[in-house]
Amino acid sequence: MINFLANPERFTRVTAPLRPWLAGIGAALLAWGLYLCFASPEDYQQGDSVRIMYIHVPFAYLSMALYAGVGAASFFGLIFRHALADAAAKAIAPVGAVFTVMALVTGSLWGKPMWGTWWQWDGRMTSVLVLLLFYIGYIAVHAAIEDEQRAAKSAGILALVGLINLPIIKFSVEWWNTLHQGASIFRADGPTIAPDMLWPLFVMIAATHVLSAWIILVRIDSEILARKYRALRAKLSYN
Amino acid sequence: MLDFDMGKYGVYVWTSYGVTLLGLAGLIAWSLRAHAKRKAAVKALQDAAEAGT
Repeated sequence: MINFLANPERFTRVTAPLRPWLAGIGAALLAWGLYLCFASPEDYQQGDSVRIMYIHVPFAYLSMALYAGVGAASFFGLIFRHALADAAAKAIAPVGAVFTVMALVTGSLWGKPMWGTWWQWDGRMTSVLVLLLFYIGYIAVHAAIEDEQRAAKSAGILALVGLINLPIIKFSVEWWNTLHQGASIFRADGPTIAPDMLWPLFVMIAATHVLSAWIILVRIDSEILARKYRALRAKLSYN
Repeated sequence: MLDFDMGKYGVYVWTSYGVTLLGLAGLIAWSLRAHAKRKAAVKALQDAAEAGT
């Protein structure tokens, strides 16, 4: 599969027809999810502030999942020199960075009324801030080095180093004393959230994942086009 | 039944949803615009190459 799609032309041919579907399904899921967000009951303790969860959690998941994507693509790029791997990592990084900001901002807006503070330098929040710094570092290194291959190599190594941070984020709520709650969905003994609140959350998670898949495919195609442009220009200037 | 009365949490809930939807819309608009621009640039070069040969 990865080998099959590593050819840029083939990648565009296969994924271009998928893009409108992803956009449509993502938008429909988002509309349904937003409806459920406001149709679901208030929390008996948190009141209406619990509705922040439906957007905070999906973007927090994605901020980590997309970083894993940047790391995996960088790995393929560094080891197997797949033509598209670096383009994919470069396309995913800004999306992940924006989602990390959203997770931090919505978390802060939820923390203020519930915990009485916008921010706490504890394990979970600090490790997510470090995640954002890795994203920014990756984007900055990639942009700063002019030679595309050298940029991909340096930024890729940075991305791989940052992978260490992912298990730290995941287990930060267990390792350290923290304001942030522990896992309540992906637990060995099943979710601990009421079904009324699990549904809007699941639909929002699905919507944001489908939409980000769409955005990422568009961005990878942009990278392919940028490379094609440079190749064409080089060819024209030689003639 | 939709519940839009956020009570005392209105500021926090609506700011969260506002920031999120604006961010998402901005990301989509930025990605689509960049894509369209690059597509046009490649096409212009291809046309120039064809005209040159």
